[in-house]
Amino acid sequence: MFLDRSERLHENRRSFLGQSAAGLGSVALANLLQPELFAGTQPSAVANTPGVAGLPHHLPRIKRVIFLYMSGGPSQFETFDHKPVLAEMDGKPMPESYTKGQPIAQLQGQALKCFGPQAKFRKYGQSGQEFSDFLPWTARLADDIAIIRSMTTDQINHDPAHTVMNTGTSISGRPSMGAWVQYGLGSEAQNLPGFVVLTSQGGRNPQPISSRQWHSGFLPSRFQGMEFSSTGDPVHYVRNPAGITTERQRRLIDTVTELNGLRNEEVQNPEVETRIAAYEMAFRMQASVPGLMDISDEPPHVLDMYGTKGADGSFAANCLLARRLAERGVRFIQLYHRGWDHHGDLVPYMTTCCGLTDKPTWALITDLKRRGMLDDTLIIWGGEFGRTPMFQGKGQYPGRDHHIKSMSMWLCGGGIRGGLTLGATDDLGYHAVQDICHVRDLHATLLHLLGIDHRKLAFKYQGLDFRLTGVLPAKVIQPVLV
Amino acid sequence: MKSVTRCCVIGVVLELCSGFSARLAVAADAPTSPPVSFQRDIRPILSDKCFFCHGPDEKHREEDLRLDLRAGLLGDDTVKGVVIPGKLEASKLWKKIVHEDSELRMPPAESGKTLNDRERGLIRRWIEQGAEWQEHWSFSASKRPAVPKVSDPSWPSNDIDRFVLARLDREGLKPSPSADARTLIRRVSFDLTGLPPTWEEVEAFAGGRDNADAGGTRGAPLTSRQKPSPPRGEGGRSFRDWEEVVDRLIASPHFGERMAIHWLDLVRFADTVGYHGDQEHPISPYRDWVIQAFSDNMPFDRFTTEQLAGDLLPEATVEQKIASGYNRLLQTSHEGGVQQKEYLAKYSADRVRNFGAVWLGVTLGCAECHDHKFDPFPQRDFYRLAAFFADVDDLQSFKGGDTTPTKREPEMQVTTRLAPNEKRRTMVTVSIKPRPIRVLSRGDWMDETGDIVEPGVPGVFRQIVVGEQADDRERSPLTPGPSPPAGARGGPQLAGRATRLDLARWLTSPDHPLTSRVFVNRLWKMFFGKGLASSLDDVGSQGEAPVHPELLDWLAAEFVASGWDVKHMVKLIVTSQAYQQASLETPALRQRDPDNRLIARQSRPRLDAEFIRDNALATSGLLVRTVGGRSTRPYQPDGYYQHLNFPKRTYVADTGEHQYRRAVYTHWQRCYLHPMLKAFDAPSREECTAERAVSNTPQAALVLLNDPTFVESARAFAGRILRDGGATTDDRLGWAWRTALSREPSSREMSALRSLLDHDLSEFQQDRASAEKLLKAGPLPADTDRIELAAWTSVARAIFNLNEFITRN
Repeated sequence: MFLDRSERLHENRRSFLGQSAAGLGSVALANLLQPELFAGTQPSAVANTPGVAGLPHHLPRIKRVIFLYMSGGPSQFETFDHKPVLAEMDGKPMPESYTKGQPIAQLQGQALKCFGPQAKFRKYGQSGQEFSDFLPWTARLADDIAIIRSMTTDQINHDPAHTVMNTGTSISGRPSMGAWVQYGLGSEAQNLPGFVVLTSQGGRNPQPISSRQWHSGFLPSRFQGMEFSSTGDPVHYVRNPAGITTERQRRLIDTVTELNGLRNEEVQNPEVETRIAAYEMAFRMQASVPGLMDISDEPPHVLDMYGTKGADGSFAANCLLARRLAERGVRFIQLYHRGWDHHGDLVPYMTTCCGLTDKPTWALITDLKRRGMLDDTLIIWGGEFGRTPMFQGKGQYPGRDHHIKSMSMWLCGGGIRGGLTLGATDDLGYHAVQDICHVRDLHATLLHLLGIDHRKLAFKYQGLDFRLTGVLPAKVIQPVLV
Repeated sequence: MKSVTRCCVIGVVLELCSGFSARLAVAADAPTSPPVSFQRDIRPILSDKCFFCHGPDEKHREEDLRLDLRAGLLGDDTVKGVVIPGKLEASKLWKKIVHEDSELRMPPAESGKTLNDRERGLIRRWIEQGAEWQEHWSFSASKRPAVPKVSDPSWPSNDIDRFVLARLDREGLKPSPSADARTLIRRVSFDLTGLPPTWEEVEAFAGGRDNADAGGTRGAPLTSRQKPSPPRGEGGRSFRDWEEVVDRLIASPHFGERMAIHWLDLVRFADTVGYHGDQEHPISPYRDWVIQAFSDNMPFDRFTTEQLAGDLLPEATVEQKIASGYNRLLQTSHEGGVQQKEYLAKYSADRVRNFGAVWLGVTLGCAECHDHKFDPFPQRDFYRLAAFFADVDDLQSFKGGDTTPTKREPEMQVTTRLAPNEKRRTMVTVSIKPRPIRVLSRGDWMDETGDIVEPGVPGVFRQIVVGEQADDRERSPLTPGPSPPAGARGGPQLAGRATRLDLARWLTSPDHPLTSRVFVNRLWKMFFGKGLASSLDDVGSQGEAPVHPELLDWLAAEFVASGWDVKHMVKLIVTSQAYQQASLETPALRQRDPDNRLIARQSRPRLDAEFIRDNALATSGLLVRTVGGRSTRPYQPDGYYQHLNFPKRTYVADTGEHQYRRAVYTHWQRCYLHPMLKAFDAPSREECTAERAVSNTPQAALVLLNDPTFVESARAFAGRILRDGGATTDDRLGWAWRTALSREPSSREMSALRSLLDHDLSEFQQDRASAEKLLKAGPLPADTDRIELAAWTSVARAIFNLNEFITRN
């Protein structure tokens, strides 16, 4: 069954929290009548949100996605794309055959010259994958991760490029990939939203990031990602008003539930039942979110492994929180690290950014592996675009401009062929030339691993069947799959 | 693979069930079925299943066959049609869709589209019944339909009711009784001002009449007292009483605020640039202008013209220039490294999308890259529309720096009639020499091979002939001013080239098929919860055809004939009996018409985000009702803007009066919309929003429970209860309930609240510190018992969290 938008909205109203709002309303009411059964116990096992009927389309390979989003656009030349020829050309003019007619960002109108790699590359693991010296910890994962050197995108400025990476197009108003996944598969998290975003800082003056990047577009807003903040309250309005204890809040919600129930005897509005259930969920979130964010119950060796002392908003702490979110059934987790826009001072900033992210990335994957969770998790690492093989002299030391014709990303986890390097760029690393992948292919692949055929997951809006992968060609990147 | 992968619509290998007829059992396949209608039953199937390859898109058309045209379907002098009326077996279309060989059957498997038995059955019967063709309902000029006869001539208040009742008669349904008087006045207060009625207003209208029970929808029917004339009825109430209430509310300065919210969603009004640094840009005077225009009842044709082309009017006034800020409302960027040419193309496309969505109600965006797949808009038309806006000075806007507010020249320093003492800057439209607009292959801004096009409207409509606007003016007497000769207009206009002013006049010519229909359809939605055509953002062939096509056409014709008089239309709608029906849904009606498309009752939508805030502030007594002025900053969670940069942002909440202004004035940060507004589904206003989704989520519950605005409002309301609510607990509970919900509480409701009060009272007596903490929200009245105030704050919070408090019944 495929509903049009108005019907879909209608359905949503009636079934936001469970298979049937009426059923949930009764759960809520039962809790009300016997609050002692509710207080201090685990919430009843009710799935948060159902997905689209008929999904998954095929047997899912993974349960969740953790996207380590390196916002700003990390350089492929100092991480995963080893370019000895570019090193030889260092300082020489960039041959015009590469750049003629190509979109250029900040280097518009400037003489373009080659800028050799600023790091040594070595081979690691049995697979012999190449990593730069900036990433000693990620290098330990050589046999676990699949590197794609031939990723491309459409937009050369940050904001629209983020929008492409998250929604598949630069036009505003389309749902983000996490929202699509929520919509398609629903959520299994009982006390938490199914799509959570965490953001850390460090590196160059951080690029702004818009909440558009995790919004639900034309999908109902309940599918949007929820940002958990490391400062102030982790979730907006999750804290009781001053002077209101948990018991008082409980009593207030009970009274509201009772009054809503009384009213509904008269008006029989299914919306009221949904609202009663929403208040129960809100109360549970109030109870569970602080516990989630309080990592003091983690043993010291785990904290050491990630390199964090507490939930301090660092990438390391967020990696640990990502594992805790994964354990609690959150299906789509995005960790933004916003320091990667290195127009100048590339080397010092790479040192900073890699210093902040390299080890925690290794720790997260290692920790998931030890807990048996890596096999049903997909980890994605990458930014919104790559960087030029050309020199940009913006800071005290050289840097690189935005680049969309080649970038490197990697995948790891369930269904991924570890130890593989896919694709290649030309000698200077300007164009992806072999096994070229587009952001749409990445989207198709992550949906595929979740059991979703990207051609079939659609939502009718303004008379059209919209999809995450849109209308241009998109393919599952089969070679990186087991 | 065929062209199937190349375009905007994708094959979904799922059984598609067509729009509303799947839920509303009144289509031609119902047991007592009316004849098959091409408009209602057949075109939607052809559009969804066939137009992709046999429709408007020339490049991907198969077999040179167009099923979107009469000639393609039924043939003409030169071509034999694929449908032979009355002759099923001779009709090639039929043979193709039932072909035994699945390789040859249409639609082809690789399209992902399939026809089900029901759809094939409809096509079969349509051919058998003579295959009557109808133009697409929205693209041909509307005629004012005759008002139908109805079964009960005493029910209607006006012609709207005759259309509604005639349809119900056909369906064998009866309208619902009128809602009780208290529900009615609450309903119309929210609908016309976005604010609740005071208890005095409720009493003045409903006093002595139906003492509403807890349901609030079971009062004595008001049908008999609301006939247009002569006034009569029980308790001395009459249609005239209702009309007085309506007149009072429509004349309220808050009418403009209420109407503005919907318009600001359409035109994507926001306080920030949207892209990248999301800096503030100066535009709030435009909001004042919109509010003022609705309150002044500016005719919609003038309202349209001044926004699209206020700067081009002869001797344009400051107000008209403020209005021309419409062309500047789009998202802009000066991110380091933006390429001017690329962004000019983005802005150009954004304007065409918005123009099409706001005034035409169609999805022109598709045609940026290719011919529209379903509607008759070739790609070239997209760029011809873009050419109208090619004179808008965007070049200066690239120069804004990383400061906030940023500069987005051209700007003006202005005051507005609503805020005469407040000097503000505002972005305006300045016309410069039009830059050439090319058709961009697949929307690629780097492509330079496409034709350069002149301004023009889509070919499916009557074309603009420059210099002929005098005719329009005769037909539309309220169009402001005569159309001046090209040389006399503002800006460097080129002789013979159509301008934004011509575009506006074309839109507002009386025979325009879309402008009036699209507007009245959205107006209807404001008062009935759903449009007559439910897809407010798409009246093209993929949108839903109206359930009451004659009523929609009648309203559109009335709107134009009234001189585009918005208040006239609003009054017509809210004085109809259809509007005044109870919203209660009977099980039978729920079964029959779950989405209330037949209007056999009122709807009961949740209040819009803005009105939820306004309602709490108004009920608490905190609301500052000043109309107009700069944007305001309510309390907001700390650190919410931490991910903004260039420059970094610290949000400083307003203090004093500005803290308590209505939400229409709330600072609209596109990248980080205020979490309260977001939780209740207000859009970011990056693109046109014709209809907000309505969610019902835990996040929204957390807002009402814990957002300081609502806690402070509850505290203030508690103060009012203690001051004005009477001496006894029961007096106060009753007063609070009446004030917040416009009705008396039932005894069970009283006892639930009393129990909460007693518990919290005894707890706060034991825990005085908690009471003090709770009362920190906002200033305190001096001589109030703090414990009592804290406990009554709990009561007030409970009321503010009720579903009823945020629902318009």
